[in-house]
Amino acid sequence: MENAKGTVFKYGDNVDTDVIIPARYLNSSDPAELATHCMEDIDAAFVKQVNKGDIIVAAKNFGCGSSREHAPIAIKAAGVSCVIAETFARIFYRNAINIGLPIVECPEAAAGIEAGDTVEVDFDSGMIYNRTKGTEFRGQAFPPFMQKIIDAQGLVNYINENAATNGTK
Amino acid sequence: MGMTMTQKILAAAAGLESVEAGQLIEAKLSLVLGNDITSPVAIREMDKMKTEGVFDKDRIALVPDHFVPNKDIKSAEHCKCVREFAKKHDITNYFEVGQMGIEHALLPEKGLTVAGDVIIGADSHTCTYGALGAFSTGVGSTDMAAGMATGKAWFKVPSAIRFNLVGKPSEYISGKDVILHIIGMIGVDGALYKSMEFVGDGIANLSMDDRFTIANMAIEAGGKNGIFPVDDLAIAYMKEHSDREYRIFEADEDAVYDEEYTIDLSTLKSTVSFPHLPENTHTIDEIEAMDDISIDQVVIGSCTNGRIDDLRAAAAILKGKKVAEGMRLIVIPATQAIYLQAMEEGILKTFIEAGGIVSTPTCGPCLGGYMGILAEGERCVSTTNRNFVGRMGHVTSEIYLASPCVAAASAIAGKIARP
Repeated sequence: MENAKGTVFKYGDNVDTDVIIPARYLNSSDPAELATHCMEDIDAAFVKQVNKGDIIVAAKNFGCGSSREHAPIAIKAAGVSCVIAETFARIFYRNAINIGLPIVECPEAAAGIEAGDTVEVDFDSGMIYNRTKGTEFRGQAFPPFMQKIIDAQGLVNYINENAATNGTK
Repeated sequence: MGMTMTQKILAAAAGLESVEAGQLIEAKLSLVLGNDITSPVAIREMDKMKTEGVFDKDRIALVPDHFVPNKDIKSAEHCKCVREFAKKHDITNYFEVGQMGIEHALLPEKGLTVAGDVIIGADSHTCTYGALGAFSTGVGSTDMAAGMATGKAWFKVPSAIRFNLVGKPSEYISGKDVILHIIGMIGVDGALYKSMEFVGDGIANLSMDDRFTIANMAIEAGGKNGIFPVDDLAIAYMKEHSDREYRIFEADEDAVYDEEYTIDLSTLKSTVSFPHLPENTHTIDEIEAMDDISIDQVVIGSCTNGRIDDLRAAAAILKGKKVAEGMRLIVIPATQAIYLQAMEEGILKTFIEAGGIVSTPTCGPCLGGYMGILAEGERCVSTTNRNFVGRMGHVTSEIYLASPCVAAASAIAGKIARP
């Protein structure tokens, strides 16, 4: 899996899925359209400033609240290459893995990275490098089962691959 | 090592003798649920799968409820997508306008959720069915798609926190006060990835509607599920609503819990969550010592508090009274059956005579969809479940989460008030 590298947008505790993608936009499920409203209610400047490959770093319980998969979809479609947080809310965690948005739990990185820093994430080793400050952190590795889903780039591909080996259509 | 109630249900669904916290398992699903926001995304994902059809047309529930009756053209297209999918796959439990209700009130009422079930729903409040002794949890659309296709889902077996409920709540204290008190105590991530297992003699003093409210908001503490033991009241509810066989699981005596709390229900006060997190709780005693908090709108409804007990409690307070000048009181019975019952009991008349309005079932205002959006700086006391920034409208608007009794009293007073 290729490394993620980009500029950091930093947020605090309990970033909920309502601010990641407000429900007033959930009459659409088009990733490109959702991306234009990503983080709108917490950081109106985000969509104007984000560049492909950039990284979101947040504190605890990122993605709490609604189960809307539109939240990780909007973040991914906005060009974000990875979300690093102290902890993730569990439904967001599942959803991110299922749609192939790389996420890493790492309290030390969440504390030691600031907005605007350039950060690189090596998914194979789990290492997070703060290129601006010259510091590094070890992120929590995924259990092998989840790694398989990530390697397949999402649950749908994973099921398709397993269906092929099971001999079912 | 002993297992918790949740672990026993998951072990059975995975065909294993035992499981332990942290173990990854694949479990058979009793029911897969989706709504008009999450199902279209799931349907799109399912189209990409090399599977034929759905695993069981009788064990999928599709409930358009969020932006229904259709609030705009885009929502109408989403509902159409769900309707056509239901027709194509001959889905038994698709609920059109006229039969639908808010999903988590509707499914137990229709007898689709019983003790021992393993249920996933593409809606975070799917944890509601734990009130009946089921394992149920919210997932996203891709998990829903995989569930519809295969009838299975992967889970990481959760550890648990045990809440020992004792005593009897006093007048005007409901399940909402119990769960807001707990969230205030442990925080919005206090049960992250964990089960919230409720036990104790005090449960006998909580109605089924109280228990649905408590289990419903487990997600607001970050919980994977909330679950109650199956007692005579729960059995009576299931027998009344369902002809499905239920299966009772009990935690082992030597089950291990990460934490244990004892809560004396008799000491609880009316509790309100202030903006912008459910954990920002204050008791009505504390609120009365503050400056008045004036209110523009009151919403009574949602999957949390739109059941008949909730409407009865609010109506008892509003009977013969008028809402404050300028107050917008919006009441939303959660299902058609609740609507009809409230009508027959004269409850809807009470709301209308008090100056409120009564809507057809919808999630509408709870998530800022429609039917009660807040303008800049407006304040709402709501019986719903989330008070995040912008949840019900403008980013500067404020939501105060409370019980139906507090909501009704606040509608009359024009400020947050004691029932």
